Amino acid sequence: MSIQRRPPLAVVAIATATVAFLAVPLVGLLAKVSWSSLWGDLTSPVATAALGLSLVCSLWTVVISLAFGVPLAWVLARFDFPGRSLVRALATLPMVLPPVVGGVALLLAFGRNGILGRPLFDVFGVQLTFSTAGAVMAETFVAMPFLIITVEAALRTVDPRFEEAAATLGAGRWKVFRRVTLPTIAPSLVAGSALTWARALGEFGATVTFAGNIQGRTQTLPLAVYVALEGNEQVAIALSLALLAVSLVILVSLRGWWLGAIRS
Amino acid sequence: MSLDAEVSVTLGPFELNVALRVDDGEVVAVLGPNGGGKTTLVRALAGLHSLRAGHVTLDGVVLDDPSARIFVAPEHRQCGVVFQDYCLFAHLTTEENVAFGPRSRGVSKADAHHRALEWLDTMGLAGTAHLRPDRLSGGQAQRVALARALATGPRLLLLDEPMAALDAGARASVRHQLGRHLEGFAGPCVVVTHDPLDAAALADRLLIVEDGHVVQSGTLAEVTARPRTAYVAELMGLNLLRGRARGTHLVLANGTTLQTSVDANGDVFAVIAPRDVALYSSPPGGSPRNTWSTRVDEIHRLGTRARVLLGAPVPIAAEVTSEAVSDLGLGEGAPVWASVKATQIDVYGA
Repeated sequence: MSIQRRPPLAVVAIATATVAFLAVPLVGLLAKVSWSSLWGDLTSPVATAALGLSLVCSLWTVVISLAFGVPLAWVLARFDFPGRSLVRALATLPMVLPPVVGGVALLLAFGRNGILGRPLFDVFGVQLTFSTAGAVMAETFVAMPFLIITVEAALRTVDPRFEEAAATLGAGRWKVFRRVTLPTIAPSLVAGSALTWARALGEFGATVTFAGNIQGRTQTLPLAVYVALEGNEQVAIALSLALLAVSLVILVSLRGWWLGAIRS
Repeated sequence: MSLDAEVSVTLGPFELNVALRVDDGEVVAVLGPNGGGKTTLVRALAGLHSLRAGHVTLDGVVLDDPSARIFVAPEHRQCGVVFQDYCLFAHLTTEENVAFGPRSRGVSKADAHHRALEWLDTMGLAGTAHLRPDRLSGGQAQRVALARALATGPRLLLLDEPMAALDAGARASVRHQLGRHLEGFAGPCVVVTHDPLDAAALADRLLIVEDGHVVQSGTLAEVTARPRTAYVAELMGLNLLRGRARGTHLVLANGTTLQTSVDANGDVFAVIAPRDVALYSSPPGGSPRNTWSTRVDEIHRLGTRARVLLGAPVPIAAEVTSEAVSDLGLGEGAPVWASVKATQIDVYGA
């Protein structure tokens, strides 16, 4: 048995201050909620448009991230190729890049005058800026790295002998991946998707920069909160509360899962 | 000749060069120390590792031959593998594990599960069909792994250390059951193990692989009687000496001469069973020609018997009763006289 010594008073004081710093804003938010008008605020046209749009965009982001992120994670985890660390850095860069920079970069690449955006518009008449597709793109750019690194870490821990066992039983590569690899990494797949979804839901900087702020088309929850703060504070508070609730649910349901997946 | 293979594999600094032929219905045990290349051999036969040179031919069909640029992928070889630690799929039930192979080979879902249940029944596992592998005992997991490998109807069966994951208490009975199931397999079968008891119980023939090479092969009786490396001699509990024979004289590397009853010349191995080494507290009289004085290096007690390791000039083990150890006052470093009858030294060409 180790002896539990009392921590020094000064450290306790600092720790308490830190907790207060983190907790007070949340308390402030909760204190200002007008519970009687909450339902009305959440169902106001601005709010429902933002809620619906955020749901659609964030879920599309998860789907696209799964479709494109998992293959990339697999390549990164299984193949040693020149420039792999560069690719990995590129895939995780949006996690540390200020989202507004991501938005500017997207704008310069896919905007009406961007290097890809111009031919896209000229030839196909497709415009990504100020469109819901653009909002999804911005969210995907920022959120997909969470899926990639979570899934790559999980793929690295899969014992290849299980996949080999499946191969000797007659399963081709796709079947091995689908029936052995994917089920094995399912927990990380879920955790990565949840993190990606949460990040997409909260995306602000890249979305507003690249896709703009059009109600019903690109004005997602965080944008609506920001705008509402100017005119209709109660709606802003109600939407913030909704986002806070979603974050808490994700945090509680994942617990140490994600960190565990990355560490192992 | 059903399985015919010459396996040359390079793994970094490690080289494996093993040739083996296994008949239909024959079980060959590949026995050797860990790190000797046994698992690599299984992987090469299964197609999980490609050959650098040589070939793998099953029923006359070439599965791997680098010189002819032939390589059949593992999923297209009809080769059942029981992996070390079994590698059962943790997310599937026992039944689904066994049905995995037939499903992968295009059998309909209903038929595959029917077949899986039949195999589980054959293995005495009918009650475990809906359990996940983590709920199985070691012996059950081994049988599920075997059922999974056999359910695809393989032409070749490979087992990599099938007994290694088992508790000591369960070994004897599991070994016996495994032996019974292997007898029922019609094709060639290769069992990799580091335990001579497994090899003896399961296999018709032994292949001793050390450091990537076959150092000895033959039936259990042949290998036991005439070991050719210290590893094999130790496995069989025999004393192996190497020296030069001149008629019935055996000269060891350190110049010590032993009298044998075998007329031989040149480089030879000599085997002495530990129970044929007699120990005395004073110089013995009588017939034994080979008598020398030495000291005790170590004593290993095994119940009522004891193995006494002797020092120079002839570093061999003697097996005596525990009473003899106390009667002779033996302890580490104690002086002792040893003797071996000339007729109890078997000599054969190196």
